[in-house]
Amino acid sequence: MKQFLQFVKKEFIHILRDPRTLIILVGMPMVQILIFGFALTNEVKNARFVYVDHSGDPMSHRLIQRLEASRYFESAGAVTGPEGIDRAFRRGVCRIALVVPADFEAATRRPDGATVQLIADASDPNTANTLVNYAEAVVADFSRELAGPAQPPFSIRSETRMRYNPQLKGAYNFVPGVMAMVLLLVCTMMTALTVVREKEMGTMEVMLVSPMRPLRIILAKAVPYLLVSFFNITTILLLSVFVLDVPIRGHVGLLFAESALFTGVALSLGLLISTATASQQTAMFISLIGMFLPTIMLSGFMFPIENMPLPLRVLSNVVPARWFFVIVRSVMIKGTGIAAVWKETLVLAGMFVFFTTLAVRKFKLRLE
Amino acid sequence: MDAITIRDVSKAYAAGKARTEALRGVSLDVADGELFGLIGPDGAGKTSLFRILTTLLLPDAGHASVNGLDVVKDYRRLRTQLGYMPGRFSLYTDLTVEENLAFFASIFDTDMRENLHLVQDIYTQIEPFRRFRAGNLSGGMKQKLALCCALIHRPRTLFLDEPTTGVDAVSRKEFWEMLKRLKAQGLTIVVSTPYMDEASLCDRVALIQQGRILRVDTPEGVRRGYGRRVMAVKGPGMLRTLERLEGVDGVVDAYPFGERVHAVVAVDPDRIVWPEELEAVEVTPDIEDCFISLMKESHD
Repeated sequence: MKQFLQFVKKEFIHILRDPRTLIILVGMPMVQILIFGFALTNEVKNARFVYVDHSGDPMSHRLIQRLEASRYFESAGAVTGPEGIDRAFRRGVCRIALVVPADFEAATRRPDGATVQLIADASDPNTANTLVNYAEAVVADFSRELAGPAQPPFSIRSETRMRYNPQLKGAYNFVPGVMAMVLLLVCTMMTALTVVREKEMGTMEVMLVSPMRPLRIILAKAVPYLLVSFFNITTILLLSVFVLDVPIRGHVGLLFAESALFTGVALSLGLLISTATASQQTAMFISLIGMFLPTIMLSGFMFPIENMPLPLRVLSNVVPARWFFVIVRSVMIKGTGIAAVWKETLVLAGMFVFFTTLAVRKFKLRLE
Repeated sequence: MDAITIRDVSKAYAAGKARTEALRGVSLDVADGELFGLIGPDGAGKTSLFRILTTLLLPDAGHASVNGLDVVKDYRRLRTQLGYMPGRFSLYTDLTVEENLAFFASIFDTDMRENLHLVQDIYTQIEPFRRFRAGNLSGGMKQKLALCCALIHRPRTLFLDEPTTGVDAVSRKEFWEMLKRLKAQGLTIVVSTPYMDEASLCDRVALIQQGRILRVDTPEGVRRGYGRRVMAVKGPGMLRTLERLEGVDGVVDAYPFGERVHAVVAVDPDRIVWPEELEAVEVTPDIEDCFISLMKESHD
């Protein structure tokens, strides 16, 4: 036990005495959460619009004001004609334009109603879509208000409710994603690097000549990164609750237990990589290409798995982050318990056992 | 009793289709308590042999045992009895001197404080720097620390792979004195070196080249077995001296040796007509002279 603790202490010294590693290990999760939270968001806030008002009556003014008053839009002023809109788009002044036809007020009183035109800059299709939806909602709202209590007969309206995330905040999606990413990066890449560094420095030679058992070496290497990971999970959760207003609806203990399981999978993968590589560069390369990319692309965090072609959907099953992502989303955002995520948990547990066994068996007792 | 026996050990590395034979049928015996030197140029197979003896590599053929334990079958028991200092500097540069010692003591299941007296001689020299990081030590200090780390668990056999490579002359001398003191405590020590002048400090030496043992003897025996006379030649610069010695009747070989050129002569030196500007004095053949001729013979 004393031997083990001494080893763990040594690993901690490695981490603490290397400022760069320390910054990556502890700073990266915070930076990622904050960047995703504030900079890389696909929510639309204060999008600028221009308008062409052919009517110029009080009714059209009210509509434009209404659009301006919504927190999604901000007016960039009036322009004249299609050329004006075109120029505004090209100069990047606005992303959406509203065209109000002549005699707008009169048209609204006619039975077939009035029509306004929304023109969006679809060079970024997702944003254009979102903006058009928002603008339509504002227009629809306005038109309902005009109609007042006198509802037209035979109209069907759907009332939508966005469960668990009524404001459609991006943070609900990326907090689980960032957690998966950070844990994978810290555990897989860092453990792979630290074992391979011993090989490069030649200290592994001395360690192998010692009577210390391989399993103990592996465990001692893993423990510090497990602790660092728990620190990271805690900061990510604190930041998301207090800075990004993402609630934890499920049981915090369950969330930590699942994170521990995922961390275990990541650690065993890192050790597996380290047994198969001889240089830090290779280890880093394999961790990044083999772990990081699939985690981003195939875990459902960036792109929905349902939309992928079949081969990719099948492939996504072996990406541990995919299952972890589902678990965190369920527990944290939907507030479900273990009953809802036992299948995913079982998959992760299976991966953990598989990779750990493989890593221990592949860990070389000798140099070749 | 022999501490180490090696019988017909061969080892080859395959890199793609290329195959490098590192050891070709090496047989050796090292007696208990002996300070044994393995001398040879880079790539001769010294490190491969060390790694086989320290259970880090499996031999392709042949077998070897250390302290009566087979290096393949009994590797686990053997690992408790070995001290090993690999050729590359194998300490943690970000750990202090003390932390390194404590770590290496712990992985060998011993306590640093309890065993510090074992390495007291050497440790007193680095003790003033015990709170320094190992990476900030000088080459000689690093090497002393590495030796302490290899000795802290009281091994029965100590393997030192090129411990003096890249270390200054004074530190090298000190290091060999330390080895002599360790030997006096009954430790069996096998040390490899590319420096032939260190050979004379060993009890016995083996000359290894291209995976083969050329000769095993005491340094004195090696010297006596050399049947030629050697002249130290002084002249106008190394290159020009070597040039002028070419084609001189009776001189069979010439090579730089320190500041002079050593010329091996096959006849009575007095009968040789030395070219102009060259001054030749007969010297007792050094062990290095013996190795140089042995190595050249095996090449031809």
